[in-house]
Order: sequence, then structure tokens, then C-alpha cells
Amino acid sequence: MRAIGALVRKDLLLELRTKETVPAMALFALVAYVLFHFALHRNALEGDLAAGVLWVTVLLAAVLGVNRLFVAEHEQGGFDGFLLAPVDRTAMLVAKVAALLCFLVVVELIAVPAFFLLLLGPGAGPAFPELLAILALADIGLAVVGTLAAGLAVQTRARDLIGPLVTLPLLVPVVIAAARSTAPLFSVPAGGTEAKWLAVLGLYDLVFVLLAYAVFDFLLED
Amino acid sequence: MYGKGLRGLSIATAATLVTAFALVFFYAPLDADQGFVQKIFYVHVPMAIVALGGFVFGGICAIAYLRTRDRKWDLRSYVAIHLSLILGLGVLVTGSIWARASWGHWWVWDEPTLVSFLIIFLLYACYQPLRFSIEDPDKQARYAAVFAILAGAFVPLNFLAVRLAQSLTHPRVLGTTGGDMPGAMRLTFLIALAGMVLLFVTLWKYEIAAKRARMRLRALRRRLLEA
Amino acid sequence: MPALPLEEAGKYVAGAYVVFFAVILIYVVIMAVRLSRLEREIAELDELAARKERPEPDDREEAPVP
Repeated sequence: MRAIGALVRKDLLLELRTKETVPAMALFALVAYVLFHFALHRNALEGDLAAGVLWVTVLLAAVLGVNRLFVAEHEQGGFDGFLLAPVDRTAMLVAKVAALLCFLVVVELIAVPAFFLLLLGPGAGPAFPELLAILALADIGLAVVGTLAAGLAVQTRARDLIGPLVTLPLLVPVVIAAARSTAPLFSVPAGGTEAKWLAVLGLYDLVFVLLAYAVFDFLLED
Repeated sequence: MYGKGLRGLSIATAATLVTAFALVFFYAPLDADQGFVQKIFYVHVPMAIVALGGFVFGGICAIAYLRTRDRKWDLRSYVAIHLSLILGLGVLVTGSIWARASWGHWWVWDEPTLVSFLIIFLLYACYQPLRFSIEDPDKQARYAAVFAILAGAFVPLNFLAVRLAQSLTHPRVLGTTGGDMPGAMRLTFLIALAGMVLLFVTLWKYEIAAKRARMRLRALRRRLLEA
Repeated sequence: MPALPLEEAGKYVAGAYVVFFAVILIYVVIMAVRLSRLEREIAELDELAARKERPEPDDREEAPVP
């Protein structure tokens, strides 16, 4: 438990000092909104379209962050140092997922309000508790799958390409469930979320958390 | 040693497939809604089922590899996934032809099987690039196994999510009546499915035999050069 | 969607089945190519082994004797 805390703290401190990843992700989200405004030729979005734009942006920003997750360890021998320590290897998995989760939350703290400001139509005010629930469940899925894909990709030569290419199809169910459950919240008049999508997100998270736990050790061996 | 039983298997495959296609064209009744076009169902759906099974089987072989570290499981996993990917491409193409014939478009988003297949195809298309960009053979096998397990577990989840996403107001464009298929159709379908399964197993064994022969030849050459 | 007339439908159905057979045939062709490559490798190894069995003719140059 302490090992996990130490690792998470290391990653967060590293990010705080270098400010490499999170600002880039947030900036990317904002730029994406501008692009969507021009590409869709719309001033305000609502319903399905709003939900779709929000979630695709969050997804792509997450993929940006995924690439950077293990790069420091890989380049500076962090894996070897970790393997030598008398610590359960799953600790690294949990720590990385937690770190990525923190990054995602911070980015969303910027990206979601920005979305309301820039692109969400008037009157399409979201119900906050439900939106938070969807964001939380989706973030867990994004963090777990992102960490797994990053772990796979970091050892390959074409890691910047393999990372996103593996992550994005795996995250399609998350996009489906998140967008479909957010769409009624952004509609005018606002409706309630369908519970089945939250169930899908929950199931997805559960399956991948279990899988990650089972499989992550094999990525670390050397 | 190589290709043991392969001849019998190939004959069985050919016989089953020929029987199946004869049944398709001479025995199975014409579908009331879609007419003759529905016959594509007998080649498209068995390919889809076998491809999906192949992906999941590849994941299971990967689990066996990680457990035993015996490279033969890695080979089995790789070939299964490779074959399923080819079949998957066939599924997408035949599905597209079916869509064009019965709906006028070369692609329909309303058909959940086709959409799920597209996603899975895009995912597994990364398998070989991933494998071949890792140089160390042991690491390559290990990482490929992890990918195969993740992707294999993803297959059912993906189908569930996509199926849910198609709202109930859109009827299945390319489905056949499913549960209440008349007996003749069901028999034809089952034999077509059996033929497809046999085809997969035959090609799978065939490719594994060929790869192993090549590996042993390489080893033999190394030994001869060193002696 | 009304069913297509038989002539038109026939083309599509034929197309689908052709795709299926094309997949198999392409596979068979690839395997045949691999087989011929294997045979070539075997022939090379055969030659290598045969050469090892024959005693090598010694054709080193003689060092000049002063």
C-alpha cells in the first residue's frame, strides 16, 4: 500500500514539476472544441451531437496522456529499479492507473466546463450528479485500458502509433455507453440517463480491472 | 509428424463445404423477405462465428502460453488470430456485399454484427505490427499473449455494447428470422457452420505444420553451418 | 426492401461466394509458395551436408620459400 502511494506521488510530483502531460491534454481538448466548431459549422450543440463531441474529445485527450505514461520508466530504467524492490508488481499497475486517473480528472476539470462555455447550447444544462457518475465510471475504464495499452506499447519500436491504435478500439464500448448516457443530459428538454449504460460502463470497468490485475505482471517481467 | 491427420481433415472439410453449398442452392427454401440475396447468409454468418471463435481461441492459447511458457502455444495463438483476421476481412466484405444487395448501400451502421466486426478487425490489425516491432522473441511472445488475452476478452464486451447501441426501432437489416428459422434453413446453416469450422481447423493445422517445418529447417541449417 | 429480381440478386450472391473461395485460394497459393521455399531450403541444406562429407580440396597458396 505504501509502495503504491510512493509511486503515485512520484508520478504526480514529476508531472507537477515538468508539466508535460496534463497541460498538453487540456490544451488539446480546447483546440479540439475549436476544430469541432469549425468542422461542424455550429455555434451550439445539444443532445447526441454535444455528447459525442465531448466524449470523443475526452477520449483523444486521454490517448495523448497514455503515450507518456510509461515513457519515463522505459527510458530511465525505472522498470528495473522497480523490479528489484521487494514490492508486489501489481503495485505499479495500481499506481499507474491512479496517476492516469488523476491526470484525467484534472483535464476534465478544465475540459468539461470549457465545453459548457464554448459549445453547449443554452438551456441544455446538465444534471451534475449524473454527469459526475458517468465521468467517474468512464474515467476508470479509460485509465485501466490506457495503462494496459501503454504497458504494451512502451516496449515496441513504434510506440507512438501502437499505443493509440490499440487503445481506441478497446475503448469503443466506453464511448458508446458514455455518449449515449450523456446525450439525454444535454438535450433540451433534459431527460434522465438510462441506467443500462451505467451498467455497461460498470461491467466494462469490472472486466478490465480483473484482466489488468491478471495480466499486468507479464508485461513487467524481464 | 507434420500434418498428421491433415489429409483426412482436408477431405472432411471439402466434403462438408461442398455438401453445405449444394444444400444452400438446391435445398434451402427461399427467404420470404430478401429472396435470393439471403443466400449470402450461409457464407457470411458462419465465417463471422468462426472468426470470433478463432479470436477467443487465440486468447485461450495465449493464456496457456503464459502459464506453460511453451512456445507451441504461442504459435497456436498467433496462427489462430492470423487466420481469424483473414476470415474477419472476408466477413466485412461479404457483409458489405449483402448490405449493398439488400439495402442499396455498401455499408450499414444498423447491423450490429458488421459494426462490431469492424471494431474488432481494427483492433486485431494491430496484433502483427505489435509483434513484429518487438525484437526479443521471448518478449514478443509474451506481449503478444497479453494482447491476445485482452482482445479476446474484449470481443464479447464489444458485441454487447454495440448491440445495445442499436436502438430497437431499427430492425436488424441483415438478420434472418433467427429463432424461427424453418428446419431446412437451419440444417443448411448448421452444415455450413460445420464446414467453416473444419476449414478453420484444417488451415490452422496446415499453417502450424508449415511454420514448424520452417523453424526446424532453420535450426538444422544453423547446426550444419556451425559443425 | 423488396427482394431484388433473380438476375441482379444472383450477381451479389455469386460475388459473396466468390469472395469466400478467393480467400481460400489465396491462402492455398501462399502456402504453395512457402512450400516451394521450404523445398529450396532443403535442397540448399542437402548440398551443404554433401559438401561437408566431401574432403575439401586444399587450395591455399604456398608461401614463397626464400
